[in-house]
Amino acid sequence: MDKIFNLQQLINGIQLGSIYALIALGYTMVYGIVRLINFAHGDFFMIGAYASYFIILFATMRGYHIPVVLIFLISMGAGAGAAVLANRIAYKPLRYKPRLSALITAIGVSMFIEYIFSALPVIGPSYRSFPNEQFIESKIFTIGTTTISNYAIIDVLVSAALMIFLTYLVKFTRVGMAMRAVSQDKDAAKLMGIDIEKIITITFIVGGAFAGAAGLLTGVSYPRIFPYMGILPGLKAFIAAVLGGIGNIPGAMLGSYIMGISETFATSYRSLLGEGIAFAILILVLLFRPQGLLGETIAEKV
Amino acid sequence: MQTILSLQNVTHYFGGLRAVYNFNIELPEGALWGLIGPNGAGKTTIFNLITGVYKPTEGKILFEGNDITGLKSHLIIEKGIARTFQNLRIFNELSVLDNIRVARHFRTNYKLNDSILRTKKFFEEEKRIKEEAYELLKIFGLQARMNDLAKHLPYGELRKLEIARALATKPRLLLLDEPAAGMNPKEVGSLMELIHSIRDMFKVTIFLVEHQMRVVMGICERIKVMDFGETIAEGNPDEIRSDKKVIEAYLGSEAGRC
Amino acid sequence: MKINRNLKLLFYCLIFYIIIFLMNRYNIINDYILHIINLSLVYVILTVSLNLINGFTGQFSIGHMGFAAVGAYISGIFTTLIWKINPSNPINYLLFFIALIIGSIAAGIIGFLLGLPTLRLRGDYLAIVTLGFGEIIRTIINNIDYVGGPRGLLGIPKFSNFTIIFIITIISVLVIRNIVFSTHGRAFKSIREDQIASELVGVNTTIYKVYAFTIGAFFAGLAGGLLCHLLQIAHPTQYGFMGTIFVLVMVYAGGMGSITGSIIAAFGLTFMSEGLRLLLKWIDDLTPNFPVGIEWRMVIYAALLIMIMLYRTEGLMGKREFKILIPEEEEK
Repeated sequence: MDKIFNLQQLINGIQLGSIYALIALGYTMVYGIVRLINFAHGDFFMIGAYASYFIILFATMRGYHIPVVLIFLISMGAGAGAAVLANRIAYKPLRYKPRLSALITAIGVSMFIEYIFSALPVIGPSYRSFPNEQFIESKIFTIGTTTISNYAIIDVLVSAALMIFLTYLVKFTRVGMAMRAVSQDKDAAKLMGIDIEKIITITFIVGGAFAGAAGLLTGVSYPRIFPYMGILPGLKAFIAAVLGGIGNIPGAMLGSYIMGISETFATSYRSLLGEGIAFAILILVLLFRPQGLLGETIAEKV
Repeated sequence: MQTILSLQNVTHYFGGLRAVYNFNIELPEGALWGLIGPNGAGKTTIFNLITGVYKPTEGKILFEGNDITGLKSHLIIEKGIARTFQNLRIFNELSVLDNIRVARHFRTNYKLNDSILRTKKFFEEEKRIKEEAYELLKIFGLQARMNDLAKHLPYGELRKLEIARALATKPRLLLLDEPAAGMNPKEVGSLMELIHSIRDMFKVTIFLVEHQMRVVMGICERIKVMDFGETIAEGNPDEIRSDKKVIEAYLGSEAGRC
Repeated sequence: MKINRNLKLLFYCLIFYIIIFLMNRYNIINDYILHIINLSLVYVILTVSLNLINGFTGQFSIGHMGFAAVGAYISGIFTTLIWKINPSNPINYLLFFIALIIGSIAAGIIGFLLGLPTLRLRGDYLAIVTLGFGEIIRTIINNIDYVGGPRGLLGIPKFSNFTIIFIITIISVLVIRNIVFSTHGRAFKSIREDQIASELVGVNTTIYKVYAFTIGAFFAGLAGGLLCHLLQIAHPTQYGFMGTIFVLVMVYAGGMGSITGSIIAAFGLTFMSEGLRLLLKWIDDLTPNFPVGIEWRMVIYAALLIMIMLYRTEGLMGKREFKILIPEEEEK
């Protein structure tokens, strides 16, 4: 028992959960506002990782020193940019068409991004080693038998900072209020003079930016990147969002930490279980509480 | 006269919102009654409760003496209740004929293997269903368009189609939810005649929800009035027309508003 | 004398069969092309069966290849591991059919078990569950050493030939066609159009959604069984999400709700896929400095899917059928 429920795994789980949270928030925000499960969201995460990869590599080769904050902004920008593009080209035209069409299109966008990254010779399908040392030197802290890397601390802190920012944005700004309005009733919001498409674009920007940041953090903490790296984390983050209640921001945060910790404990028990637990959580949620822990059931009007 | 439908102290909550409170009705067989009230009064909710879309939070619903409270909708339909919808729910991509035939599905007597193997039973049953559906469409004047896709029909005909489809389930109780919505005065007139003749031709009890007073006062024998989920009046058209509470509910208190 | 339309249809099929058979016999069509035709026919079964669930009944099932996997592996286990039979002895074909049926029934049962608890979920959620199901099946197979695990089930005897695949495809299409044009088909379609209205005219929508799932799963299992006995291998990666996307694109390209469309799309896209592979290989050989990977094929596929959804959601045929596939009794 001690092997499973120990402090080390808990810390690893929180670190993992922090990253899932950034991705899950994007899923949940987009779903909340346009009722679309954006399958391509995990790929924005991947794009953020590659963007920072190339910048750091470039800087290292040329001997430039690029400040850490700027690299963050670049990853976030890349994620946001990809999100906006996907929205404009593929999702916007289907805004008022049946939901299944948008879902399938999202799958198509996801595949397109993954395969094009895989096919382009500059990027290619194979794993690349992320230059995390050149980004931030790693330091390990030890407390008893528990080791904490400074990367883990960075992950948790950055994630928390972004989540605080998001909460502020949604609760205390006019834009945030507009976002909440649109997610509750698109037509009413339109009648109140809110520019729906602008709000949707902003949502995609924030969601994409968070995913991009998560990509950078992942590259740093788990330094192997490849074009399909967005699939599994994306799926797990999505499940985390569903667990918390899709469309619900605090829910996404809660779900992500539960997911991260569960997965870490399960993997330490038996490595195969780690993948399975995500699906197990999904099935349990959908069978017993489809609205998630913090979500509300929406009935269809007859 | 037998009671065909009985609602006893039916109350329904949507979360914290009380949509219906202590609704009681003893609907006699063969009657033509109406349910009116301002928007949001709970009228459609009553229909949804009767047809099993929701299970009432409290209370009982009895149809022909049997307790149907909380039964699954398709079972309630099988027992003999049918309905139309406030905002048309037609099978748009199916033909007019198929819309009717779907409603005959649960009374169709062949199995899957008959369809696959195209047995004699299949052909006989299909012929019977088609003929009955055609006859039904003829009554409503829709037979000429039977192979057209439903989505191509004009609004007035779609309303008729929905009623025809409901009747195709051979109900003994027919619930009509705002059948005259969106119709011009001439159409409303023929609808009123249609409803009367349906009652006699098909031997059904009819309970309808309607906003257009001309329809309600014109054909209903007895009217129940709801407001905010509660029954505020019940009686024949003359009684209701002059009921103070009803007037207040629709027009606001006579004591004046600004 | 009036010729029954079904007879006409079977006659055309017979002609097609004879032509292809002879062309192959006399080497006008080589074995490679015949192989692609066989592949197309198997995809016809997969596409039509998925169309039954998604196109005709309006559900969101995107784990279809999971059912095919069940059919493939179960039938493969019987022919390869348990009975260890091969085509040299004609009697073994009987055992092959039995194995095929067992695999299909197993797939159908899995479809039934999956459908029962999940079909009350809202559209997007159902999609996720079926997706998860497909992946779970793939993961389970990956971890069972008895069937070869990640290496796949190898050495499956080649029982599938053009004749067998052709006949089974015809039967499958006709069975599904007959179901669609019957009261059961109308029940399925009414669920697609408006589930609540359907329930309120007496259709037991829950059971019918499960039926659609079960039947679709059965035929997917049948296709899986045929496929692995054609390729002589069953490998987990063939039956993952990517495999389902392949079939999904076919369903959309042909038309959600058109059997004719599914047939045309299955052939069209299978040939196109092979053609793309050859084209890309040719380009690759031409440009030794610029490696052109097979990933470009998938890029094109993905782009195609997006285009269809953006510009022609109804696909090639929408919900229409070629007249010859519509049973005569529909029109009288």
